[in-house]
Amino acid sequence: MWNFPLLPEQASAYAAKVDPLFYALAVFVLTFTMGVTTVFIVLGVRYRKRRGVHRKSVHVENMLIELVWSAIPVVIAIAIFAWGAVLYYDHGKAPGDTIDINVIGKQWMWKIQHPNGLREVNELHVPKGRPVKLIMTSQDVIHSFYVPAFRKKQDVLPARYTSLWFEATKVGEYPLFCAEYCGTEHSLMGGTVYVMEPSDYEEWLGGGPALTPAAEGEAIFQKMGCATCHDAGDSSRGPSLNGLYGKDVKLRGGGTIPANDEYLRRSIMEPTADVVVGYTPLMPAFKTQFNEDDILSLLAYIKSLGGGTQE
Amino acid sequence: MSTEHLVEPSADFPVRDYGPPRVHYLNWRHTIASWLLSRDHKRIGIMYLVSISIFFVVGSLFAAIFRLELLTPEGDFLQADTYNKFFTLHGVVMIFFFLIPSIPAVLGNFLIPLMIGAKDVAFPKLNLASWYIFMVGGTIGVAIILLGGLDTGWTFYTPLSSSYANTHVFLAAMLVFITGFSSILTGLNFLVTIHKMRAPGLTWFRLPLFIWAHYATSVIQVLGTPVLAITVFLVGIERIWGVGIFDPALGGDPILFQHMFWFYSHPAVYIMILPGMGVISEVIACFSRNRVFGYEFIAFSSVAIAIIGFLVWGHHMYVSGQSMYANLVFSLLTMLVAVPSAIKIFNWTATLYKGNVIWETPMLYAVGFIGLFGIGGGTGLFLGTTGLDVPLHDTYFVVAHFHYVMVGGMVMAYLAGIHFWWPKITGKMYAQTPAKISAIVVFVGFNFTFFPQFLAGWNGMPRRYHSYNADFQIWNVLSTAGATVLGIGFLMPAFYLGWSLFFGKDAGSNPWGARGLEWEACTSPPIPHNFEEIPVVTQEAYAYTGEETVSV
Repeated sequence: MWNFPLLPEQASAYAAKVDPLFYALAVFVLTFTMGVTTVFIVLGVRYRKRRGVHRKSVHVENMLIELVWSAIPVVIAIAIFAWGAVLYYDHGKAPGDTIDINVIGKQWMWKIQHPNGLREVNELHVPKGRPVKLIMTSQDVIHSFYVPAFRKKQDVLPARYTSLWFEATKVGEYPLFCAEYCGTEHSLMGGTVYVMEPSDYEEWLGGGPALTPAAEGEAIFQKMGCATCHDAGDSSRGPSLNGLYGKDVKLRGGGTIPANDEYLRRSIMEPTADVVVGYTPLMPAFKTQFNEDDILSLLAYIKSLGGGTQE
Repeated sequence: MSTEHLVEPSADFPVRDYGPPRVHYLNWRHTIASWLLSRDHKRIGIMYLVSISIFFVVGSLFAAIFRLELLTPEGDFLQADTYNKFFTLHGVVMIFFFLIPSIPAVLGNFLIPLMIGAKDVAFPKLNLASWYIFMVGGTIGVAIILLGGLDTGWTFYTPLSSSYANTHVFLAAMLVFITGFSSILTGLNFLVTIHKMRAPGLTWFRLPLFIWAHYATSVIQVLGTPVLAITVFLVGIERIWGVGIFDPALGGDPILFQHMFWFYSHPAVYIMILPGMGVISEVIACFSRNRVFGYEFIAFSSVAIAIIGFLVWGHHMYVSGQSMYANLVFSLLTMLVAVPSAIKIFNWTATLYKGNVIWETPMLYAVGFIGLFGIGGGTGLFLGTTGLDVPLHDTYFVVAHFHYVMVGGMVMAYLAGIHFWWPKITGKMYAQTPAKISAIVVFVGFNFTFFPQFLAGWNGMPRRYHSYNADFQIWNVLSTAGATVLGIGFLMPAFYLGWSLFFGKDAGSNPWGARGLEWEACTSPPIPHNFEEIPVVTQEAYAYTGEETVSV
């Protein structure tokens, strides 16, 4: 009648690494608690007050015992910290050769766009054995992209870009949840991740439209007249975008800022926030004209113009 | 000041058993005004006891209703909005109106002056004002419920709370703001009382550990609560006037909210658990007839928890987008805050060694506390570990973890304390057998309710889900079944404690044969000004000889 899901499915490289830590800690905590409780009860029974037994209570003090059982938890605590920290650190940075997929969270759905422009909603198709990086933002409140089978989760924030990467190791269908409470239909903001053989994934991708996010971005760039000021050469009106991505930008009034996703987004939405040195703030704010999809496309276009890579 | 009176340790304990006094704090005036305008710390403690008991029932009913919803994976019993309101109100009511005031405002109020040999707290009028402020907050809470509720979760994350929710967020911000002052003023009162009003001879290291725990708690209340007040104030003005503080659409930063919120709300966890640890120290010492092993280590571990507890808030934010390096620092500090708790558990256990252990009801609750707090604290290690928190964050694993600490730890300790001091507070002894059964029913029901949630969470069930993946159903069915048992366990004391008020036998001044001024120098119930003469203390807190007798 009911499933008894005791151990969750392992479908990513990270899952295989994090599970031993979980089970080791589970054994440790259960042993510790049951051990202490047992000692407590055994002492309580062994030294229970009985009729006819007159035992003067003794006040025992022992500094050595105190120091030993203060030091041991410190060592154990640091060991647990270190195990988790090494795992976390090793998996913190995505490898260089990821498939980058755009994700937009909104009340209450996940909108996803693949590198070739193919879009899907509440479903994510990925190939097995290839690192995949999700570049995520939210259109409204905070959401959290959570795939239990991959043991990965990352909050998705409005007006910021967070990323989550994974390498799926097993073909199958896995639930996708929103883990950060986001309002009425929070519990319905989920879907399915399909892990496919790489060849199947290529075939699946082939059915999509031809316009990549960068191409969409270029179309917006032309249509909105951005090229008038930001064309390939440095014009007097606006700085060139060639090779900009990931570089440090000198700001009017001193200071520099890395040209990452957040900076570029802000410069489009509120151009007066950080003005590049040597330019006057002529650009109108596009805050009300672009949605998150448009901005992700524009970012893809700017990235396609070269520059370093930026986390 | 009155004449001096020695409390001698003596082999023929009890020194003297005072019978019930003719006039005591409960019967010296009978009018309603004599309660509502009372500046007696004992009466104010009773007023808190009644109010938080009502809030506990309300908060439990919310839980009972959403646990029914969770019997089936589909959202079929409640609407999604209703479900969201119920878990939000459950959290708000239980945290702000039960857990935070429970031990400090009820037992702390009642016992701190008795334990330190004072006639009242330092500022009796302020103490009464704290209760009124608390009740103003409670009234706003009732208004929110009647006007249609609140659906932001008790964490009020922005921009959901400040710009998107359509419920009574502004009122809720007022509620938290106002109720917080009750907590701040109580903490301030206790700090001054403990510093300035100890009886002659009652040095710091002769204090009961209950006092040390409340001292540490009060420091957190006074230093932490104002930050929460500021935070919800800012949410309120963002919501009403659109001032951009937390909502990025207005130029704000939603992560800033999380930092400010958890800067209070993590230490608040220690506001909830430290007084419970104080109760457990008293109960274990009394029922093992021994000085608490490693007294100084337990005392200073409370202070250590209060200090380190202020430096770990970022462990709620590992996946929020916070920097990886910040996460690692918060993780290390989080691991270290577990150490003082471990030290306490070892010392409590060692206290039984070569004692004369008596298994009365409070001791059963205390052993339940050790087991459940062990699991609660231990699972905190899972969540404090960066790499492991990534999958576990915001799942039912977290829900189970903090219920093990808050209910398994704090509520068990609260019940241990209520059962321990009930004869002192009311002058009546309750029936032992049903009380022991209730301790066991609560322990079993609790594990049955919350252990399955660890498994649901590890398998990926997110928290705050109105409907859920059918795979998780078994764990939810078990949990709801357990909650039924737990509810029965919590109801039982209402009956036998209520019964004892009318039919219980007089407890005598010291039915447990306990040490401490509240037992040795005070009648049950205490007289209006606590002591005929201010006692002079010549010995440490736990001068048990092993020959004290229990008369229940």
